[in-house]
Amino acid sequence: MLETVTLFWRFAVGSLRTVTRGSVGYYVWIAFLGIAILAGLWAYAVQLQQGLIATNMRDQVSWGFYIGNFAFLVGVAAAAVVLVVPAYIYNWGPIREVVLFGELLSVAAIVMCVLFVMVDIGRPEIFWHMLPIVGTPNFPHSLLSWDILALSSYFLINLFIVTYLIFMAFTGRRYNPGLVMPIIFLSIPLAIAIHTVTAFLFTAAASRAYWHTAILAPRFISSAFCSGPALLFLIFRVLRGSRRMEISDAALYKIGELLAYAMAVNLFFLGTEVFTEFYSPTAHSVHAQLQWFGGHGTTIAVYSWIALALNVSALIIFMVPVLRHRLGLLSAGCCLAIGGVFVEKGMGLLLPGMTPDAMGEIYVYGPSMIEITVGAGIWAGGALLFTLMVKVATAVYAGEMRYRGA
Amino acid sequence: MKSRDRRAASRAGEAAGSTTRRGFLKGVATVGAGAAAAATASAASDVLGFDIETFLQKNFRELSDEQLEDVLQRMERKYSAQYGKDVRVAATGPMDGVLFGYGLDISRCIGCRRCVYACVEENNQSRDPEIHWIRVLEFEREAIVRGIELEDGNPYYDHEKVPADDKVYMPMACMHCEDSPCAKVCPTGATWQEPDGIVVIDYDWCIGCRYCMTACPYGARHFNWAEPTLPADEVNPDMHILGNRPRKKGVVEKCSFCIQRVRDGRYPACLEACPVGARKFGNLLDPESEIRQVMRTKRTFVLKAELGTNPKFFYFYG
Repeated sequence: MLETVTLFWRFAVGSLRTVTRGSVGYYVWIAFLGIAILAGLWAYAVQLQQGLIATNMRDQVSWGFYIGNFAFLVGVAAAAVVLVVPAYIYNWGPIREVVLFGELLSVAAIVMCVLFVMVDIGRPEIFWHMLPIVGTPNFPHSLLSWDILALSSYFLINLFIVTYLIFMAFTGRRYNPGLVMPIIFLSIPLAIAIHTVTAFLFTAAASRAYWHTAILAPRFISSAFCSGPALLFLIFRVLRGSRRMEISDAALYKIGELLAYAMAVNLFFLGTEVFTEFYSPTAHSVHAQLQWFGGHGTTIAVYSWIALALNVSALIIFMVPVLRHRLGLLSAGCCLAIGGVFVEKGMGLLLPGMTPDAMGEIYVYGPSMIEITVGAGIWAGGALLFTLMVKVATAVYAGEMRYRGA
Repeated sequence: MKSRDRRAASRAGEAAGSTTRRGFLKGVATVGAGAAAAATASAASDVLGFDIETFLQKNFRELSDEQLEDVLQRMERKYSAQYGKDVRVAATGPMDGVLFGYGLDISRCIGCRRCVYACVEENNQSRDPEIHWIRVLEFEREAIVRGIELEDGNPYYDHEKVPADDKVYMPMACMHCEDSPCAKVCPTGATWQEPDGIVVIDYDWCIGCRYCMTACPYGARHFNWAEPTLPADEVNPDMHILGNRPRKKGVVEKCSFCIQRVRDGRYPACLEACPVGARKFGNLLDPESEIRQVMRTKRTFVLKAELGTNPKFFYFYG
């Protein structure tokens, strides 16, 4: 026990040394993220002082950019782990080595999710009112209480696995599969759960016809299966380019294959929704009308068509063999898919749900500079956390950071 | 006054007046005795930027009688000092055998918005940014032939004289739903339905996530996007902890059926302000009450019945 504590102390010190040393490019990247974080903190200070009136949200559109980012990032957190499924169940050798990075990405994504919720609430200093023991969570009635439960369990599980795997590699010992495998298998249903519960958060609002549909949760999952693996694909290419990590072409092509299925299903679900809304338009179709054809000065239609164009282009790249077998094009496809899902799960989800509002009023919302700056700060914070974790992980696996006896 | 009295129901009528007066006298005494304590506390909270006692305060429903008494006294001290008035903060509880219901006569309403402003004054709503718990929708008379669709209503009408020709008016506020979606989704249990049917908010427990606003089908909930402003000379000092006490930046608020009045056997302020008698209020459990008579004899309906929220705010054609 004492030995483990001592080893972990050395691991912590080693990690600290590792993250403070790097190439010029590394320092530039960290500095860039640092500046973005500072800008975000400044914007958040303004928002705290003025209140949420510093955003463009109002009673009519009471959730906006922040919650849109939250929904997108829950998807990233969930889908990064779906790579675990082929890696372990089907024993795909090439992907196995990169599952770890999926879990690191999950950890960073959930931290960003929590931050996006924190900046959205009116009284962040008393957020603990929704936690068990210290607060009075409205469980099991409120889906937000469910979401907190699911997200925190998922976060703790992933944090534990990545810390354990990297620590064991650091000590040069083999990890205990009897400990890791059950937890990894638990993380798979939880990955689906966090995204389903987040979708139900919206579906639960019967007052918002656009969200009150059974297809919402499947659409959340299918779009997450596009954005999560696509983001990982790009990260792997960067890591490989910087020679920090051996990642085989086979692993990358496997991700590309997965993306082809995911995007096809995602667009199919979208199609079923469009059919339902437009074949026999009811009073509730007003949201879909605005979403696709705009009017009343709204900008939602622009977002929707951009998302559709990005997703369709990505699908073409993922599907057509001559395109799919070129890594450069596959990377471009991943960028398109991430952009498409970001728009679809952000503004594309929030705005049609809230416009028109429950009273039928149309308020034209777009994020304020404060919202954008705060959001950018959170993204930079997540990127910083992910960078530092990857730095340690790659140093350990490359043998640069390893315990060599007392 | 014993602390237990603070949450007890006041018996409407004779008891109501005396309870109010006793509470009021107590408030005055407290202001004198607790002046030093109040000064210290407010100085501390000015420096720290927040009030540690409020920060650590429990959910209203978990407060013991003694803790509630402390909370009410602290609020009375704070508000009295802040507004230079003898403020009384009550916590009068629900009465047995009472379930409040509201009726609104669409054929009488002239759209004058006197209810809106009476509500603002009674319930200490922010003057800037303006918050209105009541919104009056204006419809084309011909538009409601196909049924009342809220998107046909215009809350921003501005005429020299009301009622305007060929227009119909429909005031809206909290419907105090029997199956309230807002209370169901609240992650902290900061909003709930009381036994007398009033849906209330604990303003100190609300974290401002606005999930309730997403869930409410009637646009009844309003968020304090900025620090509310309330001129001291316009403050209504007769407050209820779950009703019209001043709110702060970052929390949600809405109509409470004037909980500070109706639990003392008085009518809501909007009803008293209505010049045409379009508003009816009473006990749904009392077959002889005016609201029950309306339901028996008039064509009554609720908004968005299809959502299954079971509002206790009824519209009727008189």
